[in-house]
Amino acid sequence: MSNIIASTAPKARQLTPEEIHEIEHEKKHYPYAQAVGLEALKIVQKYQGWVSDESLLAVAEYLDIPPDELEGVATFFNLIYRRPVGKNVILFCDSVACWMLGCDSLKEHITKRLGIDYGQTTEDNLFTLIPVPCLGDCDRAPTMMVGNQHYRNLTPEKIDEIIAEYRAKG
Amino acid sequence: MSTNKPLTKNIQIGRAPFNFQQYQAAGGYESVTKALSMVPRDIINLVKDSGLGGRGGAGFNTGLKWSFIPEPDGGPRYLVVNGDEMEPGTFKDRLLMEHDPHLLVEGIITASIALQATHAYIFLRGEYKVAEQCLHKAIAEAYEAGMLGKNIQGSNFSLELTLHTSAGRYICGEETALINALEGKRANPRFKPPFPQVSGLWGRPTLVNNVETICNIPGIVKYGIEWYKSLGVNGQAGTRISGVSGRVKNPGCWEMPVGTTFRTLFEEYAGGMQDGYQLRAFLPGGGSTDFLMPEHLDLPMIPSEVAKAGSRLGTSLIMVLDDKTCPVGCVHNLIKFFAHESCGWCTPCRDGLPWAEHILRKLEAGEGSMKDIDILKEMCGYMAPGNTFCALAPGAAEPLQSGLKYFMDEFVEHVNHGCKYHKH
Ligand SMILES: Cc1cc2nc3c(=O)[nH]c(=O)nc-3n(C[C@H](O)[C@H](O)[C@H](O)COP(=O)(O)O)c2cc1C
Ligand code: SF4
Ligand code: FES
Repeated sequence: MSNIIASTAPKARQLTPEEIHEIEHEKKHYPYAQAVGLEALKIVQKYQGWVSDESLLAVAEYLDIPPDELEGVATFFNLIYRRPVGKNVILFCDSVACWMLGCDSLKEHITKRLGIDYGQTTEDNLFTLIPVPCLGDCDRAPTMMVGNQHYRNLTPEKIDEIIAEYRAKG
Repeated sequence: MSTNKPLTKNIQIGRAPFNFQQYQAAGGYESVTKALSMVPRDIINLVKDSGLGGRGGAGFNTGLKWSFIPEPDGGPRYLVVNGDEMEPGTFKDRLLMEHDPHLLVEGIITASIALQATHAYIFLRGEYKVAEQCLHKAIAEAYEAGMLGKNIQGSNFSLELTLHTSAGRYICGEETALINALEGKRANPRFKPPFPQVSGLWGRPTLVNNVETICNIPGIVKYGIEWYKSLGVNGQAGTRISGVSGRVKNPGCWEMPVGTTFRTLFEEYAGGMQDGYQLRAFLPGGGSTDFLMPEHLDLPMIPSEVAKAGSRLGTSLIMVLDDKTCPVGCVHNLIKFFAHESCGWCTPCRDGLPWAEHILRKLEAGEGSMKDIDILKEMCGYMAPGNTFCALAPGAAEPLQSGLKYFMDEFVEHVNHGCKYHKH
């Protein structure tokens, strides 16, 4: 009865030695492997840019967590990307303090400049735009993050400069 | 030498935070030495009698909360520091973690001595990358100096401290959801009781405290209750970080005596409104608190006083709504946030919030009806405390119900004409 239907379901990939090394490091801090699930997803995402089905299955297998349970964690968090993202993710704060200082029109400005809406990636794969709740920078609103960098007191001109800076880096 | 700014005395914006040596030279880690010489229950009583209230939003007496932890049975016990700061309009814990990380580490060790905790975790919001680096460095330095790890300062007390970074989800700040998240589970809240003090992380005794709460501990242990009480005003003890965002002249956050009035914060620290703008209302302590009006400015920032005015002190970082910004739009923005962050466990929240958001969107587009306003009112009842599994939904209802109370004419105006405010 074998091989009647060839399965097209995704299969776990091989984790890289770097990924395994970092996951092992995290495991030391917790009494149970399941606790490292989110950390492991973040580690994979750091290296791969996002969390593919193959990566998710690999982590689940490696930590011995049921894949659907790990998927429940992966899809729960705003910062775990289950679809490919561009090289630079723009986390744009759309919460109340930034809204009061005009973040809606700045968002329109970004959309016009880059030709992308929330959840989309530019064709050159350089930017993905994602809304994020309050970044804890409300006294210097409006704000956003690109990668690990915070940008504050945003204006259309500042946004143009930031985009140009990342374009120059390529 | 004691200080009247125990939380921010080492903070100087623009220079790197103190490293271990600098921090110690400035009197740091003395509370650890002192706590090691004390009976743990005496430290808990000291914290209780100091009057310190939790700074995570609810304001519950910290020492009393600690006192519910059972006596050690030889198994693991946990202290978890809540650094998930995602309440819209809140930016105080970030200041503490980025600018004086050793104060938090000292607070954690001293609190752990009192609680006889074996392992402490800092649960840090994923977006706080700078805080992550600062804390990593501080923790490594403390390990190296023998302040963490086995037999701290030659005593028989040992403690591990781990930094856990999250990945952006407001509900993780709720303490039982946070415990699930730390265990690697989907972060839905847990049923209480049992309370975490009895059965928390991996079923073991666990205390969850806010970053700023823990940063208060070194001072209390080192200088005592009399000193701590002398710091407050209007019958209160200690200091806290309060701040202002919105169209004020000088937005920011500052350490001030507990019991300071909103007016002092708003006028003296934040410089009042920017020219051309008037104060219409303010959210006293984050997005999940009821609006207060200009006539409430003279209230002292004390939980019980703010409750009498129909709101909550929350995180005590106020957001001001000016006369040129639409109150309906402001409520809409907040409800959109809560709808997105609902964990989906219970119906009033999972279904109610997106529906409320839909209605607010219709109102702004001029497509709403008076019936819609009635539905919004009714929904606030469904989301009231006791009707949902955790406090997220009741918190979300606060700006909505008070928005309806204070700005009904604006809501009605939206039914007739849609939003007339200038979009910035
Ligand atoms: C939806 C929700 C989000 C919360 N977020 C936070 C948070 O980010 N930081 C925090 O310290 N407390 C937060 N809290 C409050 C915690 O549940 C808890 O009361 C607090 O961490 C206890 O610390 P404290 O006693 O020191 O204030 C949140 C509560 C709810 C219901
Ligand atoms: S109130 Fe909302 S966030 Fe809290 S348990 Fe229910 S669905 Fe989840
Ligand atoms: S609302 Fe944008 S940083 Fe707080």
